[in-house]
Amino acid sequence: METVLTGLATGFSVALDPFNLFLVLAGCFAGTLIGALPGLGPINGVAILLPIAYGLGFSPESALILLAGIYYGAEYGGRISSILLNVPGDAGAVMTTLDGNPMARAGEAGRALSLSAVASFVGGTFAVILLSLFAPVLAAFAVTFSPADYVALMVFAFASLASLVGKSTVKTLLGATIGLMLATIGIDANTGVPRYTFGIPDFLAGIDFLIVVVGLFGMAELLTLVEHQVSGKLNSLPVDKSFVRLADLAKCKWAIARASVIGFFIGVLPGTGASVASAVAYGTEKRISDTEKTFGTGDPRGLVAPEAANNAAAGGAMVPMLTLGIPGSGTTAILLGALLMFNIQPGPTLFSQRPEVAWGLVASMYIGNVALLVINLPLVGLFARMLTIPQHYLTPLIAILAFIGIYTIVGNPHDLFLITLLGIFGWFLRKLDFSLAPVILGFVLGSLFENNLRRALSISGGDWGYLIADYKSVTLYVLAALIVIAPIWLARRARLMEGDNPLDQG
Amino acid sequence: MSFARLGAALCVAASFAAPAFAQSEINKPECVAPANPGGGFDLTCRIAQTGLTPHVSEPIQVTFLPGGIGAVAYNQFNTTRTDDGSAIVAFSTGSLLNIVTGKYGEFTEKDVRWVGTAGADFGAVVVRADSKYQDLKQLMDDFSADPASVVVGAGGSVGSQDWMKGALLLREAGASPTDMRYVAFDGGGDAIAALLGGSIEVYTGDVGEMVPHIEAGQMRILAVMSPERLDAPFADIPTAIEEGYNVEWTILRGFYMGGDVSDEDYQKWVDAFKAAYATEEFAQVQKEKGLLPLNMAGDELQASIEERVQRLRDIATEAGLIN
Repeated sequence: METVLTGLATGFSVALDPFNLFLVLAGCFAGTLIGALPGLGPINGVAILLPIAYGLGFSPESALILLAGIYYGAEYGGRISSILLNVPGDAGAVMTTLDGNPMARAGEAGRALSLSAVASFVGGTFAVILLSLFAPVLAAFAVTFSPADYVALMVFAFASLASLVGKSTVKTLLGATIGLMLATIGIDANTGVPRYTFGIPDFLAGIDFLIVVVGLFGMAELLTLVEHQVSGKLNSLPVDKSFVRLADLAKCKWAIARASVIGFFIGVLPGTGASVASAVAYGTEKRISDTEKTFGTGDPRGLVAPEAANNAAAGGAMVPMLTLGIPGSGTTAILLGALLMFNIQPGPTLFSQRPEVAWGLVASMYIGNVALLVINLPLVGLFARMLTIPQHYLTPLIAILAFIGIYTIVGNPHDLFLITLLGIFGWFLRKLDFSLAPVILGFVLGSLFENNLRRALSISGGDWGYLIADYKSVTLYVLAALIVIAPIWLARRARLMEGDNPLDQG
Repeated sequence: MSFARLGAALCVAASFAAPAFAQSEINKPECVAPANPGGGFDLTCRIAQTGLTPHVSEPIQVTFLPGGIGAVAYNQFNTTRTDDGSAIVAFSTGSLLNIVTGKYGEFTEKDVRWVGTAGADFGAVVVRADSKYQDLKQLMDDFSADPASVVVGAGGSVGSQDWMKGALLLREAGASPTDMRYVAFDGGGDAIAALLGGSIEVYTGDVGEMVPHIEAGQMRILAVMSPERLDAPFADIPTAIEEGYNVEWTILRGFYMGGDVSDEDYQKWVDAFKAAYATEEFAQVQKEKGLLPLNMAGDELQASIEERVQRLRDIATEAGLIN
């Protein structure tokens, strides 16, 4: 405890240095904008600014503080275009569209934006507190997560997401299968064989998650907007001045708390990040509290769950990075690279050897979270007014931003073709009444599931018993079973309480 | 002739002569990292950027061209930018292996011009601090007795550099590389996590990434796969060769240019590299970025690459990766 306090004291003295404080604020603000732009997410934000921070000759702690500000700023900002435009701003914000956008369409954009800002703040702050208190213990636990445990975690994720099944079970399963198939493209890690690359070198490393999100969600949404506009079905939305109310917070407090815990722990695990965290948090929340079937139609709890979770996960991903030198997400992998570039060896000795860097970063995360809330709440009205921009200006603008965003990351025209093709594909899927969320989740969870299952079986030499050889995987399987059974059982009991005999309905 | 004119002539002569021993005139020099920022190729380019800057006329820009594990860049420099005399592209032994196994398409090592190196890293056989393996011999004995009894893991796929290191160990132990129980992780970080968590027993990593972990004492390096002993902090660790196993894995990091670059442009870069190698500063930059000196430029590198690729081709054929 004492080392934590002295560490934090060191950290705050670094982070409160006027220049570093300015960088936290600048990073958070830039991050919010980067996150809000479809196509640019935390990974690209950090990747684009890393060479700049290096080129400007910042001290390592200043550079890291700036980059980390962009990282969690982007996790905040990702929700904005999810809510307003139904276009996820980044990978962790896909689930935010499900309830966030219906709220905006119902004229409550301001309420959705402010409520999710609060949820992000709680999730982010919760993560930093746990990070500063228990980082070494958590990291030691996280590395004991074996491939078999990841398989169990993915089963749990699939189970929690079974609640996403929409109108048609067949279409949901087909959608998930399409996602799984997209995930198999690229060099297969376990055998080194290229799969479905058709001799095109651009496909060797697979399709980036962001390309799928921007293409399937973003481009498809834009095509739908254009279609509605042509057919004159587009309704303009009223300017809305709604804002988060205390009653909302009271209703959502447990959803936020649960999602923060789920998000943080999934973020701490080296193999999973914000996108898995927000998906599991949403699925679990829907399973637990969607008794009136309001999720997906603009339920505030369905909005806060993924938002609290993705911010908590961003903080959680810092744990293995800072204590073990192991990245917990794609973005922290780049932050690790940044440390190396500044001649700092990341790893277990970072806190003792370079306390100003490690603790300075932690302290800047406290400041950054407060700063983000302060930046975000007053801007809600401004952001919400974006919806009053006439669609014929807004749609091409978003398309241009998405194309520029994607091109900035990689500078490869291949990706532009890909988002266009995926957009057309996504538009067809929507015409056929497919929900796109299962496609994305199949894509994320599928590759994690496949790779870890094959890793587990290589470790055990083909013995399937290895999958349930550990208490962690067994616990997760039990939880997975519970999350499927519990709502059914609860519903049945509720009917019994009302005096209905369930047998009559069977 | 007046003194003024003599003076002017001397000045002109001096200005012509100066660049010959000081700086290479390169217009808008660029180092292309064929990956996202923050990775190994980025670091390689930073070495060129910092280390070569005093020896070229303009600061070197680092740009990124990710895609297909470096294949996109290799194809671009073999199709559209074949004569770009301003740009060098980072490569590593992993890129050479990809050329050998055909992952870079139809283009071979003969289609580009190899310019200079940034330095080298070496393979390392790593176990957890409380592992039953105290030295390489115990591990090799287990490999000989029953190759499938040891779980090996690393950050690369089957057929990658990391897998090759394990395959070479098994071959030396008299076993077939295909009998190795190899687990492919998504990057070195995940593999180290799996080693610390006990999912895998042996990690075939690199020396450079082990610097921070050595001091923490959570892992032990059984042997390094370098030709000779390394300096501190690795001075106490034996090489595999010392232990009686003829296994060596050098990760060469360097740069290539398009195949149609003029001899003149190529020579400018080679001169810049050679000038940098002679300085103490370059050695310092190498060290800071976690690399060990292995300095070759121009014809020397060209010859070395051809030899290395041939060796990789032999190993890959033997391991059944190519026919």
